[in-house]
Amino acid sequence: MDTHLLSIITFVPAFAALILAVFLRGDDAAAGRNAKWLAFITTTVTFVISLFVLFEFDPNNTDFQFVDEADWLLGLKYRLGVDGISILFVMLTTFMMPLVIAASWNVEHRVKEYMIAFLLLETLMLGVFMALDLVLFYLFFEAGLIPMFLIIGIWGGKERIYASFKFFLYTFLGSVLMLVAMVAMFTEAGTTCIGGCEISLLTHNFASDDFELLGIQIIGGMQTLMFLAFFASFAVKMPMWPVHTWLPDAHVQAPTAGSVVLAAILLKMGGYGFLRFSLPMFPVGAEVMTPLILWMSAIAIVYTSLVALVQQDMKKLIAYSSVAHMGFVTMGIFAANQQGVDGAIFQMVSHGFISGALFLIVGVIYDRMHTRDIDAYGGLVNRMPAYALVFMFFTMANVGLPGTSGFVGEFLTLMATFQVNTWVAAVATTGVIFSAAYALWLYRRVVMGDLIKESLKAINDMTAREKWILAPLVAMTLILGVYPALVLDMIGPSVAALVENYDMALEAADTAVQTADASH
Amino acid sequence: MISADLNTILPEIVLTGFALLGLLGAVYTTKDKAAGVLVWLTAGLMVLLAAWVAMSGDGSTNIAFHGMFIDDSFARFAKVAILLSAAAVLVMSKSYMTLRGLLRFEYPMLVALAVVGMMMMVSAGDLMALYMGLELQSLALYVVASLRRDSVKSTEAGLKYFVLGALSSGLLLYGASLVYGYAGTTLFAGIITTAQTGGTSLGLLFGLVFLISGLAFKVSAVPFHMWTPDVYEGAPTPIAAFFATAPKMAAMALFARVMHDAFGHIINDWSQIVALLSVLSMFLGGIAAIGQTNIKRLMAFSSIAHMGYALMGLAAGTVFGVQAMLVYMAIYVTMNLGTFAFILLMQKDGAPITDIRSLHMYAKNAPGRALAMLVLLFSLAGVPPMLGFFAKFYVLRAAYEADMTWLAVAGVIASVINAYYYLRIVFYMYFGEERSETLDNQNGGVLTVVLMASALIMIVGVANMFGVEGMAAAAAASLVN
Repeated sequence: MDTHLLSIITFVPAFAALILAVFLRGDDAAAGRNAKWLAFITTTVTFVISLFVLFEFDPNNTDFQFVDEADWLLGLKYRLGVDGISILFVMLTTFMMPLVIAASWNVEHRVKEYMIAFLLLETLMLGVFMALDLVLFYLFFEAGLIPMFLIIGIWGGKERIYASFKFFLYTFLGSVLMLVAMVAMFTEAGTTCIGGCEISLLTHNFASDDFELLGIQIIGGMQTLMFLAFFASFAVKMPMWPVHTWLPDAHVQAPTAGSVVLAAILLKMGGYGFLRFSLPMFPVGAEVMTPLILWMSAIAIVYTSLVALVQQDMKKLIAYSSVAHMGFVTMGIFAANQQGVDGAIFQMVSHGFISGALFLIVGVIYDRMHTRDIDAYGGLVNRMPAYALVFMFFTMANVGLPGTSGFVGEFLTLMATFQVNTWVAAVATTGVIFSAAYALWLYRRVVMGDLIKESLKAINDMTAREKWILAPLVAMTLILGVYPALVLDMIGPSVAALVENYDMALEAADTAVQTADASH
Repeated sequence: MISADLNTILPEIVLTGFALLGLLGAVYTTKDKAAGVLVWLTAGLMVLLAAWVAMSGDGSTNIAFHGMFIDDSFARFAKVAILLSAAAVLVMSKSYMTLRGLLRFEYPMLVALAVVGMMMMVSAGDLMALYMGLELQSLALYVVASLRRDSVKSTEAGLKYFVLGALSSGLLLYGASLVYGYAGTTLFAGIITTAQTGGTSLGLLFGLVFLISGLAFKVSAVPFHMWTPDVYEGAPTPIAAFFATAPKMAAMALFARVMHDAFGHIINDWSQIVALLSVLSMFLGGIAAIGQTNIKRLMAFSSIAHMGYALMGLAAGTVFGVQAMLVYMAIYVTMNLGTFAFILLMQKDGAPITDIRSLHMYAKNAPGRALAMLVLLFSLAGVPPMLGFFAKFYVLRAAYEADMTWLAVAGVIASVINAYYYLRIVFYMYFGEERSETLDNQNGGVLTVVLMASALIMIVGVANMFGVEGMAAAAAASLVN
């Protein structure tokens, strides 16, 4: 299939950013308005084009589709494509971006640069999910740090400098180790093509014997090391406990739109990376590390839920809740069975809607009161009934109430983990209770009760713009909660292939070990 | 025979003749009044020579003067880079130096002579030729470092450079004499046959170590880097820009030339030393730069770190390693030209400013230039999608393929440390609160052009690197056999 559709989707936002940079002059209100409209229209158009891809996409074909290819430096390839796993993330990105831009309508400080940063960020995020070349993937993956660094640093809150540096250096350190592993893969396999070429990394067998390094016996050899290098990057990005500490800082300091992008899309790059690289390319390494990762996920769920319970800052609370929800994702991925991976992807998509919406909801009152302190609020239901309703809905979705999309993801991942490791599943399930505790308590403190605070007496309910931003998110959360097959049918065949290959690779490795033992 | 030899070194002869005639002419006629014209003439001639060198040869290797002088693809690659960057620096420095009364006619001539020395260095096929080229370059550089005669800092820079440079030349000469003593010849072609794997004498190894020490001084690799920050800080900014570009390229090329042409059979003996220099440079450069507030000192440490990365390619000891090093150096030189154009633009009420804190909210006054600098800084830090990332990618790959994974891991960890101080400049330019005191917002002319061009290259170059990759591959293949 020879089509440039994916390249068009990827680079339309970047092109708009270029137009803004070159042609938009002045920094008065009119120029700002133009920048906002151009950004909004561009992201909407991108979304519409991506719908074509979605409709044309054949879920039963587990190969990469819409492949777009060109030669590049050093024998690398510029190669884009989507399969059942990545298409959902592409859709999530294009769906969220118009909402993000609309949510930034109140920005008045250097609007042009702001919109350029977000448009470039969209290009880079889409590139991550579509790239079918290792180096191209890394390029998009890392380049995303630059606009996000600027977004936090320029438009962020009081502690923005600290947060932006921490964000950048933390994630940079994680991914440079991945770079070394990528160089190793390039050299070992002789290609950087991820999938669908004559030789591709997805089908290459990175087998090696166990060996000793600095006196430690490395089980799985090379594969385990490469797995760990990739793990360093994706675990930070995800973020997994205990390398999650950059996330609360970044979230709290980022502007609302930045938080939404961070929670809804950027975190998903970690999960996507696990599914695209770690699991299929280093099955032996993954198997070696699985018990550790499962326990790390369980600890993440319980620990960060408890931490969320004592937060005074609303955004920080939601940030910790994000870490807990990402714990379900890693748990599902490394359960490595159909339900687990299905559930993990579903959870990622659903978390994109729910946590994105929660950050928007915090943004609504932050815009009015300029504080995120929970104690500064109370009794909002009296003045903001519509707001209270939407907040209630997403609180419930965050807890995982059946009927919302949050439930499906958590249920599937827990069920999958139960089959693999009962104890982890048991511990993780208690996290569900804690999450209900912190979410409902937050809701009670902010929304319920009498409105006694003087400062809140004049607060107004949501504007039409804010309602329109949240409406699609409500709809998606409900639809996916009631009819999850919409997503599961899309990813099913690709996930089945992934899981099957994983099991086959492990079996092959086992037989190899046995024959080696027998010959000794 | 002699005419063929002279033919081979014709570009060098032309440049030398031009420099000498220029000196004579200016002394006897207009003196400093012609300096401006001479700057343009020299730059123009260098660009022409670069084009000539690039066109000539078509991949062949010409050896002149019985092996003393080698003109191969490798030398031509390095020469083109040297000539172009020297021309760019000359053009960049004109307005700065005119404004401060520094533009003497000796300046372009000295630069031209230094460039002749560099061209000699990269083509050297013999220890004598090497030393001649090196000294011609160094002596010219000592003088230009102290071009601002009445400034204590500038003269201090020149003196420091001279004393330490003389010491390193001494080390190099001592090494050369040892090598001569144990190999019986000063020709690289002769040394390489003596220095065979296994049968290398201890004396030859000692000579090798001293040679490496001398060369490490010229590329300012740790622990021979001490002069760099002081010289960068003390010398007038355009001169610092010159130090950061052409001589680095020349010294690195010379390093590769000596290691591969003369000691190509005992790679294992020197690659560990080079790897150590590389690791130390990457880390020390990165850590020491963190505390700097003077942007020239900061760039000095930054260049030390960058030399560490380039040495990583050399340490690999393979064809790809040399190719990676050449690509790295070409990208490094381009980035540094742009960065120094930016530094030259930093001034307040006409006086040059080097404190990075003065960049406070620079993005508000000059958004275009700030953006270009932002691109360059991220490129220097090695963040994709800028070309600086590909430079690092090449050397990492070279190191990994040569079974030096530890070096690659050390390199990427150092790159995170190095990223910090580049980000700090971004922080000053973009993140601050608005303040009334700002830098001058002059038009900048040539400087702005260089800055923008360099930033644009960092982005557009990602598509195909303007073919530099292929040239570097050919150059590396001609050096390593």
